[in-house]
Amino acid sequence: MKQSLIRNFSIIAHIDHGKSTLADRLLETTGTLSSREQKDQFLDKMDLERERGITIKAQAVRLKYHADDGQDYILNLIDTPGHVDFTYEVSRSLSACEGALLVVDASQGVEAQTLANVYLALDQDLEVFPVLNKVDLPSAEPERVKAEIEEIIGLDTSDAIVASAKEGIGIHEILETIVRKVPPPRGNPDAPLKALVFDSWYDPYQGVIILVRIIDGSLQKGDKLLLMANRKSYELLKVGVFSPHPVEIGSLGAGEVGFIIAGIKVVGDAKVGDTITHLHRPTESPLPGFKVVKPMVFSGLYPIDSSDYDALRDAMEKLRLNDSSFSFEPENSLALGFGFRCGFLGLLHMEIIQERLEREFGVDLITTAPTVGYQVTTVRGEELVVESANKLPEVQQIASIREPFILGSVHVPNEFVGAVLALCEEKRGIQREIKYLTATRVMIVYELPLNEIVLDFYDRLKSITRGYASLDYEYLDYRESDLVRLNVLINNEVVDALSLIVHRDKSQFRGRDLVSKMKEFIPRQQYEVAIQAAIGNKVIARETVKALRKDVTAKCYGGDISRKRKLLEKQKEGKKRMKQVGSVELPQEAFLAILKVKEQK
Amino acid sequence: MFSLYIHVPFCRRKCPYCDFYSVPAEAAALADYPALLCRHLELTDKEDWSGPVETIFFGGGTPSLLPPAAIAAVLTRTASLFGLSADAEITLEANPGTVTPATLAGYRTAGVNRISLGIQSLQSEQLQRLGRIHSSQDARQAVAWARQAGFDNLSCDLMFALPGQSAAALQQEIGAFLDLDPDHLSCYGLSLEETTPFYHLHRAGGLALPDDELYRQHYLELHETLQGAGFDHYEIANFARPERQCRHNLTYWRRRGYLGIGAGAHSFHQRNWGRRLAVPSDLPAYATALDRGSDPSQEIESFDRLGAMSETLYLGLRTAEGVAEESFRDRFGLGVAAAFPAALRQAGPRLALREGSWRLDLQGWLLFDHLISPFL
Repeated sequence: MKQSLIRNFSIIAHIDHGKSTLADRLLETTGTLSSREQKDQFLDKMDLERERGITIKAQAVRLKYHADDGQDYILNLIDTPGHVDFTYEVSRSLSACEGALLVVDASQGVEAQTLANVYLALDQDLEVFPVLNKVDLPSAEPERVKAEIEEIIGLDTSDAIVASAKEGIGIHEILETIVRKVPPPRGNPDAPLKALVFDSWYDPYQGVIILVRIIDGSLQKGDKLLLMANRKSYELLKVGVFSPHPVEIGSLGAGEVGFIIAGIKVVGDAKVGDTITHLHRPTESPLPGFKVVKPMVFSGLYPIDSSDYDALRDAMEKLRLNDSSFSFEPENSLALGFGFRCGFLGLLHMEIIQERLEREFGVDLITTAPTVGYQVTTVRGEELVVESANKLPEVQQIASIREPFILGSVHVPNEFVGAVLALCEEKRGIQREIKYLTATRVMIVYELPLNEIVLDFYDRLKSITRGYASLDYEYLDYRESDLVRLNVLINNEVVDALSLIVHRDKSQFRGRDLVSKMKEFIPRQQYEVAIQAAIGNKVIARETVKALRKDVTAKCYGGDISRKRKLLEKQKEGKKRMKQVGSVELPQEAFLAILKVKEQK
Repeated sequence: MFSLYIHVPFCRRKCPYCDFYSVPAEAAALADYPALLCRHLELTDKEDWSGPVETIFFGGGTPSLLPPAAIAAVLTRTASLFGLSADAEITLEANPGTVTPATLAGYRTAGVNRISLGIQSLQSEQLQRLGRIHSSQDARQAVAWARQAGFDNLSCDLMFALPGQSAAALQQEIGAFLDLDPDHLSCYGLSLEETTPFYHLHRAGGLALPDDELYRQHYLELHETLQGAGFDHYEIANFARPERQCRHNLTYWRRRGYLGIGAGAHSFHQRNWGRRLAVPSDLPAYATALDRGSDPSQEIESFDRLGAMSETLYLGLRTAEGVAEESFRDRFGLGVAAAFPAALRQAGPRLALREGSWRLDLQGWLLFDHLISPFL
C-alpha cells in the first residue's frame, strides 16, 4: 500500500454532538457498510455504550474511498473514547493519526471535553479541521460557533465544513477534506518495525486482539514479535483490518492500521501505548508516551446474596480480561461479608463496571461510597496507601495524610460563573484561573481534591448549571490534608461499609447530611432504627427511623388469597436488594446515600 | 367434604372503596342468575368435589338482591347434587338497605342459618361518605327483623380507620354495634384498593385517612373493647361469641378445599399440594360457557411443596388458633422452624410456638404483611 494514499484520522466530539452518527454516515457513503447492514451506530460496540451514547472502546475501521482526484484512498477512522476517565487511551489513539475532525454541535458550541481532546491532538501535531454538525436544527448558529472555535481554540474556520450527519449534508466534503488536508503517514517502511498498540481487548475465541498503527517497517503473519514494555515475545498468528468486519490481509506496512492476533492470553500483556517490534530486528527505542494507568477511584463491591461471591469473582475476572485498568482484590466487611475492593480509572468507569456486573452477569451488588487512594505516614514512619476508609489507622497512629489533587477545568456560560465558583470553593478548591474564552463562555480552572470530586461534584455541577457545564481534569499531585474518618452507626453498631474519609472542616456537615439522607432510604421496620454519624467516639449527628406501626391487609377471604399473596411476593421481590446488617435491613441506596447529598446549607 | 362459596355479583350501587367484582343489578340479569348457578353446580366434576357440603356462603356483590326462592332453588340443587351436612353453616351476606321482614323470613325458611349484615357504620355521615345505600336506622331495623325471622347467628361488618374518624367516634361506634348484640363482628380498617374511586380521591388529596398510628390505636381499641364484651378475636379482622366463629371462613384460613360457584368465584382444590381456580369476572362469558356445557373455572395457580408450606402459614397465622406444628410436620415432613429459619428469626418474639401451635400475637397481627413476607 502506497503511504501517499493512506489517511489516518479520528473524530473529536463532545458526547451527543453526533460523532457516532457521522462515523456511520462515513461508513455508509464509502460503501464500507450498506445502510441495510447498519445497526444504529456501528462503532459503539457494547449495548451499554449504545444506551449511554458513549463510545468506550476505541476501534479502527478501514474505509476505501474513490476521491474526486480519481485515486483510491484508504481512510482509517480511529475512534476514541469520549470521557474524561479515558484521557490516556484517547491520547494513544490520537497518536495513531495524522489528522482529526473536530465535530462541534452547531447550536451547542465548544465543550470542555472537546477542548481537552483538541489540545491533545494539537500537542501531537495532528491536522485538525472543524466540522459544524447538526446544521439542520432550527437552533443551529454556525456563524456564532465558528467564531467561538476561532476565539477559543484558534483554529481557522474559513473553510469549516457545515454538515448534518443525520441528514447526510456535507459528508462528501468531509471525505474530500480528509484526503486533501490530513497528511499521509511519513514512516520509514524499511526501518525496523515500530508499531503502536492503541487498543486491545480479549476475545474468547482468538485471545487478545490488538489494534496497531505501524509507524515504521512492516509486519506479516508468522513474524516473531516483541512487546517492548512487556518484554515478551509472540508469534504473529493473524493480521487483518476491520472494514468494519474483520478481514485477514496477511501483512501491514508502514502507515497502516489494523489488528493482530498473537496468542496473547491477557490484555494486561498488550497495554495501550506499548510498542511492538521484531524480536530479531528490534527498533532502538520504543515510541514515547507509554504509561501504566493506575486506578484512582476505589469502592467496595459486595454481592447482596453472599452465595453469589464466586459468581462475582468469576465475573470480575472476565471483565478484567478486557480491561487491565480495573483492579480488584478480596475484602472482608463485618457488615457486608465477603466482597472486593475495586479500583477504577474514574467515576464513569466505576459505573460502567458495576452496571456490566449486574446486567451481563446477573449479580446484585451493594456498592460502597467511592473513595480515592490516600498516602498515610504513621508515627512510626511507615508509609501506607489507604484505599478504604476502614483501613485508615487510628488517629493517634497517624503522622500525616496526603490526598490526591486534580486540575479541573470547567467550561460554562458566563451566567453560571458565580455558582461554579461557589461550588469549587465549597469543595476545597484552589483557584488557578478564570478565563473568558468569549464574551459569554468562561473557563474556570481549579485545583481540587479528588476526594470531593468522587463524592458528588459532577452531579452538583450539572444541576447548578442546568447541564451547561462540562468538566475535564488531569491528575496533579498528593497534598497533605486534615482528614478524618467519619463512621456511621446503625443501632449503635459501626457499619464499616459506610465509613468515609472526609476533611475535618466538612465532617459536621457531611455527617448531618449523610444520616438525614440515610433516614430517607431506610424503610420502617419492626423496631426503631437509630442512625448516627461519629468521628472517633464523638457522635455528631443522629436520626431515627421510627418503627413500623401498621402493615396489614385487613381482608383475606377465598377470592383474595392468590392475588393478595402475590402482591406481597412482588413487594418482597423489591426488597431482595436489601442487605441484612445486624437486625436492620438496609437497601442498596443507603450505602451510596453520601452521593445523594445535594446542597450545603 | 368441602365448603361452597356462591358469588352473587350484583350491586345496586358500587361502593367507592370496594374492588370486588359486581355489575349493576338489572332485573333480567338477576332473574337469570339462579339458573346459571344451578347449571354451574351440575357441570362441576363430582369426582373432584365429593360431598357432603359442610358450609355454604352466599357472598357478593349483594346476595340479598336475590329473592328467597332463588336462594332456596340453589340450596336444593346443592343438596341433591352433593349432599348437605345436617349441621351445615349456611351464610348469606345481606345489605341492610335491601331486606324486609318477609325476605329475611324467606331466607331462613330456605335453609340459611347465618346472616351477615354489611352495616359498616352506624353513623349517618360515615355511611353517606362510604356511599352505602342504607341508613343507620335501616341497619338497626334489619338486625331486629333478622332476629324475628329466627336468625340466631348474626354477624355485622364494621369499618374503622374511616376518613376523619376520631378515637371518641370509634368508641361510640363500637358501643352502638354492641347495642345490636351481634354474635359475630368483622372489623375492617378502610384500605385503599388501587382500582377504586377512594384510591384516586386519596391520591388527589381529597380523603383524610387516619395515619398508621391512629389505625393502630383504633385496632387495639377494638380488640380491648370487644374482648371485654365477650368476643373472641379469632382472626385478624374477625370477632365472635363462643361457638359463633364463621366456620366457612375458617376453611379458607385452614387451607381446606372450597368450591366457588358464580362469576368471579374462586375455588381451592386440595389434591397434591393444592391448586386454585377462578371463574372469570365476566357475567356474559360465564353464561356463554355454561350454555356450551363447560365448567367455566380456570386454574390460576398450582402449588409445589414449598408454596403449600408458605401459604399454609400465610393463611393460618391470620388466625388465633395459628398453625399446629404437628399437623404441619405430618403434612410436609418438616417443622416450621426447619422450613423457615430466617423468616422466623426476622419475626422475633411476635411469632412463637405456644401450646403446640405457631401464633402471632396482637402486635404481630398489626404488622402481618411485614412479618409474613419473609415466608413467601
